Amino acid sequence: MMQAVAIPPFERFYEEHRVEVLRLLRRRLGAQRAEDAFQETFLRALRAYGRLDHGEHLRAWVLTIAQNVALDMLRRARPTEELVEAASDDRHPAYAELADLTDGLGTKERAAVVLRYGYDLSYEQIASALGSSPDAARQATSTGVRRIRRRITS
Amino acid sequence: MTVSPDLDRRFREAASTLGLVDIGFDIVDSPIGELLVAASDQGVASIWFDPDPAEDLERLARIGGPRVLRSPRSVDDARRELDEYFEGRRRSFDLRLDLRALPPFTVSVLHELARVPYGETTTYGALAAKVGHPRAARAVGTVMNRNRIPIVLPCHRVVGSTGDLTGYAGGLDRKATLLELEGAMRARARRPG
Repeated sequence: MMQAVAIPPFERFYEEHRVEVLRLLRRRLGAQRAEDAFQETFLRALRAYGRLDHGEHLRAWVLTIAQNVALDMLRRARPTEELVEAASDDRHPAYAELADLTDGLGTKERAAVVLRYGYDLSYEQIASALGSSPDAARQATSTGVRRIRRRITS
Repeated sequence: MTVSPDLDRRFREAASTLGLVDIGFDIVDSPIGELLVAASDQGVASIWFDPDPAEDLERLARIGGPRVLRSPRSVDDARRELDEYFEGRRRSFDLRLDLRALPPFTVSVLHELARVPYGETTTYGALAAKVGHPRAARAVGTVMNRNRIPIVLPCHRVVGSTGDLTGYAGGLDRKATLLELEGAMRARARRPG
């Protein structure tokens, strides 16, 4: 039997990922707004942290949270602008690995599919990354999968 | 690129203010060396000598949960009372304590320990008798040795029946220093025999 990876104390998780999170947010939002987004990202992670069921793929998880915080802020600032393009130039592996398949999905659906099937995260974890409920995460995942299926079989 | 100290501080403060932390901790300076002081929403959960980040974080998570975060604000009260104690301006602590997950015997011994007055000493046997197990001196010794909130729960005031300092998880030097600070060493030295 494989032992589930233990969830590290939050302090260790934070120290390990904070620089990379800030770098991603600066690229998205610029230095100034990245600071607010940084705080929001780790507060969201902290809110969900006690409900994680294992400690795997925490990097992908927190980068996805950061990604979504950035999108939320951009949407609020420029509600009419098309943002899918901004999301697709991100280079972290979560998106890269399943990029071909998930191209063309909405950002939430794509993130849900990648976290579910690329990283084997639970709907609870995906929900906290997306800032939604587990039900909504399940919904986004299955919608995403349906779309992919339709595309590759058509 | 690094996260600026200011940004880091703001995150830690927000986390603790919003009540999102299971256990907040900080390193507190004292005359007997650095102390790692940790608190949950129930109260002070631990005070450890010789902080060691490699091990302490996991130990804290086992006490209160995985959301362990260094946050000076969460131990403000404890820091202030410890400072006052070490400056000789405080003789008893008004801090709430988090004794979660400790066995009932341990908790009853620690409650009795908390009543040993400043500047006085008692023995392991006397403490055992107080909790109704007069022959459990050795078990009381084990509870003292594992006491995770020393100083506030004054296991330094518990000595052997012959008056020997006997032992202290933080080392006998620290035990002697604390008793000296409280004036208990001089009283003991003056005692005949």
